[in-house]
Amino acid sequence: MMREYKDRKNAQKRAYYTDRFYVVPSIPKEDVNSDETFAKDYKELKKHFKFKEAYIQRGQLVLIIKPEDNKKILSFLKDELEYTFLSELSASDYLAQSGEFEIFYQLLSMSKRKRLRVKCRIKENSAIESVHTIFKSADWAEREMFDLVGVNVNNHYNLKRIIMPDDWEGHPLRKAYPLQGDEAAQWYEVDKIFGKEYRDIIGPEQRDPARVDKKDTKNFARIYHEVPYGAKPSEKRTNQDYQEEDGVFFIDEFKKSNSKVLNTRR
Amino acid sequence: MAQHKVNYLQESGLPIALTTVDKLVQWGRSNSLWALTYGLACCAIEMMASGASRYDFDRFGTIFRASPRQAEVMIIAGTLTKKHAEFTRRLYDQMAEPKWVISMGSCANTGGMFNTYATVQGVDRIIPVDIYLPGCAPRPETLQYAVMMLQKQIRKESAFQKQKPKRLI
Repeated sequence: MMREYKDRKNAQKRAYYTDRFYVVPSIPKEDVNSDETFAKDYKELKKHFKFKEAYIQRGQLVLIIKPEDNKKILSFLKDELEYTFLSELSASDYLAQSGEFEIFYQLLSMSKRKRLRVKCRIKENSAIESVHTIFKSADWAEREMFDLVGVNVNNHYNLKRIIMPDDWEGHPLRKAYPLQGDEAAQWYEVDKIFGKEYRDIIGPEQRDPARVDKKDTKNFARIYHEVPYGAKPSEKRTNQDYQEEDGVFFIDEFKKSNSKVLNTRR
Repeated sequence: MAQHKVNYLQESGLPIALTTVDKLVQWGRSNSLWALTYGLACCAIEMMASGASRYDFDRFGTIFRASPRQAEVMIIAGTLTKKHAEFTRRLYDQMAEPKWVISMGSCANTGGMFNTYATVQGVDRIIPVDIYLPGCAPRPETLQYAVMMLQKQIRKESAFQKQKPKRLI
C-alpha cells in the first residue's frame, strides 16, 4: 500500500503539530494568606498603602502598585519590613499590548529569607521615580533600563546609557527593535570610524550565516585551494607547508611530510 | 684555564651566509613578530595558552607587547562589538608599519554566531586582515599555524617596497 501523498515543499517551515486547544500555562497564583510571613507583611503594608493586586507566585510575594508610590513603598519595605536587598530591577515591553512598560523591583530579605517583587506599569512616554537613593544597586539597573528599554527615570543623578554607546539610536530590548539592528545600528561602526561616505566602499553587512560563494576570493578562501586575495579561484590543490621549498636560513627545515602525527596522547 | 675553541669548519660550516638584504630584513621581521596583548573574548584564552609554556610562542619570536607602538601583529581574538570597533581601529592605527592582522575565530571573521545588532559582522569591515583563522575557538596549534603562515608570507614580501594599500584603506 502506498503512503498518502503530502506536499513536502515547506515541511520545515510548517509546524508539524498544532494543538487547537493549547493554552499558554501561567504560573499559579496563591493567596497572600497562604504564607505566614507574607500575610503579616502584607497586613502591615495595607495599613499605609493601596495595592491593585497582591498574590504569591512560586513562593514569592508579588505586589502590584501604582507607579507613583514606588519610592514610598520601597523605602517602607526596606526600613520597616527588612527587605534590604534590591537584587534586580528592570522593565519589560508591553507596548504592543497596552502601550505600557511593566517595571519590576525584585527584593530579598536576608533575615526573613523571603523574596518579594513589586510591579507597576507606566505609559510609554511617562517616567518613573528613581529609587537609587534607597537602594544603591538601583543606580546601574535604572541606567540599564533606560538604555535598553527606554524607560525614563526621574531624579536619577547620572542617567545616561550604560551598555550601548552614547550615540546609539533606539532601545534594543524593545520588542519592535529588529534583531539584526535598524539602519543606524547596521552602519554604526562604519559611520563612526570612516564616515557615511564610506558605506558604498565597505558595503552592507553579510547577514546570511550559510552563504558560501566559491567564486568570491575576496571574502572566502577555500581550504586546500587558497589563492591570493582577489585572484581567480583554482581547482588545483595547494600545499600550505610551513616553510618555503628551499627552506629558511638558520631555521631547521620543517615539512609536513616529515612531521609525526600522534594518534594518542603521550 | 679552559681552552674555548670552536671549530667552525667542523661544527656547523663556515659562519657565513650569503643572502640579499631583502631576505635578511624580512627574515628578521618574520622571526620577531611582536603581537599586541589584545584579547576580546574567549579566543583570548586560547591566545594566552599559545603564549604560555606548553605551546610557547616565544620560540617563534612572538612576544606579546602591551603597547601598539611596539607591536607588529594584531590578533583579533574574539567578538568585536560595535561599541568597541572604534577602539580596535584606533589601536590598529597606532601600530607602526609594517603591520599585520590575524583575525582569530569565527566571531572576528564573520561575526560568527552573534548575528545581532551589537556585533561587527567581520573585523575586516574596519581593519584589513591578513589571515583568517577558522574555529570556535581555534586551538593554540591553529594560531601557531597561522603565525607560521604569516611568517612565510612576510618572507615572500620585499623589505623596501612601499606599503601596499590594503583593503578598505
